[in-house]
Amino acid sequence: MTPPSAQTLGLCLCHRCRLACSLATHPHHCPRCGDALHFRKPRAVSRTWALMLAALVLYAPANLLPIMHTQALQKDTSVTILSGVVELWQTGAWDIAVIIFVASIGVPVTKFLVLTLLLITVQRGNRRSRRERTLLYRALELIGYWSMLDVFVAALLSALVQFGLFGAIEPRIGILFFGLVVVLTMLATQSFDPRLIWDSPDHHDR
Amino acid sequence: MTASDKDSQPAEADVRSRPLGLSLVWLVPIVATIVGLSMLFKAWQETGPTIRISFQTAGSLTAEKSPIKYRNVVIGEVADVKLSSDHGQVIVTAKLNREAVDFTRQDSRYWVVRPRIGTEGISGLDTLLSGGFIAADPGTSAHRTESFTGLESPPPVTYGEPGKRFVVKAEDLGSLDIGSPIYYRKVRVGQLVSYELDHSGDSVNMDVFVSAPNDRFVTADTRFWNASGIRIGVSADGVEFDAESLVSVVTGGIAFATPPDGQAEPAETDTSFRLYPTQEAALTPDKGPAQIIRMHFGHSLRGLREGAQVDFKGKKIGEVTEISLDYDPVTETFPVIVDAKVYPQLIGDAYDKLLRTQTIDVGDNQQSLTQALFHQFVRQGLHAEARQNNLLTGQLYVALAFVPGAGTDVVADKNAGAVVEIPTQFTSFDKIQDQLTDIVDRLSQIPFDRIADNLNGSLEELKQTLTSINRDTLPSTRNTLQGIDILVNEMSATLQAATATFAYDSPERQRIGHTLNELERMSRSVRDLSDYLRRHPEALIRGRKEHNTGTLRP
Ligand SMILES: [Zn+2]
Repeated sequence: MTPPSAQTLGLCLCHRCRLACSLATHPHHCPRCGDALHFRKPRAVSRTWALMLAALVLYAPANLLPIMHTQALQKDTSVTILSGVVELWQTGAWDIAVIIFVASIGVPVTKFLVLTLLLITVQRGNRRSRRERTLLYRALELIGYWSMLDVFVAALLSALVQFGLFGAIEPRIGILFFGLVVVLTMLATQSFDPRLIWDSPDHHDR
Repeated sequence: MTASDKDSQPAEADVRSRPLGLSLVWLVPIVATIVGLSMLFKAWQETGPTIRISFQTAGSLTAEKSPIKYRNVVIGEVADVKLSSDHGQVIVTAKLNREAVDFTRQDSRYWVVRPRIGTEGISGLDTLLSGGFIAADPGTSAHRTESFTGLESPPPVTYGEPGKRFVVKAEDLGSLDIGSPIYYRKVRVGQLVSYELDHSGDSVNMDVFVSAPNDRFVTADTRFWNASGIRIGVSADGVEFDAESLVSVVTGGIAFATPPDGQAEPAETDTSFRLYPTQEAALTPDKGPAQIIRMHFGHSLRGLREGAQVDFKGKKIGEVTEISLDYDPVTETFPVIVDAKVYPQLIGDAYDKLLRTQTIDVGDNQQSLTQALFHQFVRQGLHAEARQNNLLTGQLYVALAFVPGAGTDVVADKNAGAVVEIPTQFTSFDKIQDQLTDIVDRLSQIPFDRIADNLNGSLEELKQTLTSINRDTLPSTRNTLQGIDILVNEMSATLQAATATFAYDSPERQRIGHTLNELERMSRSVRDLSDYLRRHPEALIRGRKEHNTGTLRP
């Protein structure tokens, strides 16, 4: 048996100041901060969808466009995320290659997959493995910012490797898109309300 | 279940619904799509054409690394390097940038840059560090293509370089090659771009490029000559040494110049010129028609060679073309036949004057004017002689000169054709030799024995003279010296008298002492007076004060 939800007890949590308000006395507004009261984050599903789709759209240029430009002694190279990983792997730095791969390809793709899964199951009111899905969501929040690793790598290298004639690394537009992807996926994760997982019509049935 | 639905209703009712029923958050993916698509579109737009270039060897090209450069700006990248299907060539697939579309014109050129030592020094050293790259030169053709044949060496002249191309025809290529420099006043102004055999096969047509603004120095009258290597010429003038530059010594070169009276109008592109073998040949003014003359010399002409000059009063008017031996059965000798080409117009204005004033008897019409003129000269005594010009090198030249009163009749030799036979004269150098021999002969005829005998006699006489001097002249000299002695004694007596006059107690001396004392007193009074006047200037007007009398001594 699952414990009763706040809704059934006539309580509602203020999203701004986290005060548990009684709907009986204050049906619309939080008595402490005056914010409008919602049982769930408003339009959580559509907002998450929108942000996630935006991130998905931007993920294409982030991968296709070069993220860094290396200029060293007559040799100019622009690397995209994938070509950078391949180059690292080929030059023997397989450990760094794996880290970059996981951070910049593994994590975002996982996020997209997990978010889509959560959104679809919530919209369908699926009642199976709610606990696991909640765990998934928590994992999603946890790994969210790890994707920023790539952005930091590019930013650090660009700042450090400025040897003028002998070599310089400059960021390229791809890294901006990648950063946007990371930010948008994090926003999407945030705007998702994990309580919706438990809101399916029959929560006694498990 | 139903309870939760009902309970959520009041809160939801409070939310103002937006007119389209769409949350503003959907703007985010829309904007993202627009931005993403635009970026992708831009990236796609920047991907330029893909071309294939065939090379003989791949050099140091690497797929996905080697760039394609134009003026050292990267305009593309080698995507793939592989062998052609028949293994005869290397096919390089390259991706050009979008803005490099001009490089797909049909006459665009591609070549692999590698370290190279050429006429302009060492180039492409940077490829040692960075690896090879393909250099490109955009064409101008209206047609575009995707496959090119790469050049094995860089083109000497790239498109769009200002300047003009000219065609220079030469008998052979010599040591010239593509890239050989073109010099104007020893300044490098262009280079040989290409060459090919003429269709007739008897000349080489060389394409030379003279870059702007120096191309304006090429006019229709410009002469080109081969400036290859070092010229060391030994001629009657001595040893000549000349070279355009060190580069031309190694790789050959072409120089050009315009004669001072040549046109100043720059020549058109593709004007054809002749390549002269030497600067001298190129710059010799137009000689006019040549007249072949023949001379028979009886003596050896060692030192005369083909090309030796023919002089008329010191002016070069032609050159020896052939030297051969003849056999004269009558005298059983081997006279030397020297054929030479002379250019009467080289005499200059004198020639024109000659033609105007002389009435030249053109015997029959088959004779040319110059031939007739030379026949007339021969009648007037024109002779040829081989003269030595340079004693060091022993070079000979042929000098033409008029020998007064030695005119001969012209031998009308039908076989000779247009050749004019010039009578010869014994060489002046040989004369010198003969004179030297003469001198030696005469020297040997000098009677040295008799001269020695005479000298002996003279010496004897000299001895006698000296003896007579000793005997007669010396005693009288001694008398003279004694007279001088007496004179000196008298002089010393006079001096003694003079000394006595000024002795200490002489009256003259005492008088002088008195005079000096008087002078001393006078000067003292003058000094006193001036002292007084300085202290009492009024005394000049008022007179001397009485009480001061004591101060003035007489
Ligand atoms: Zn509140």
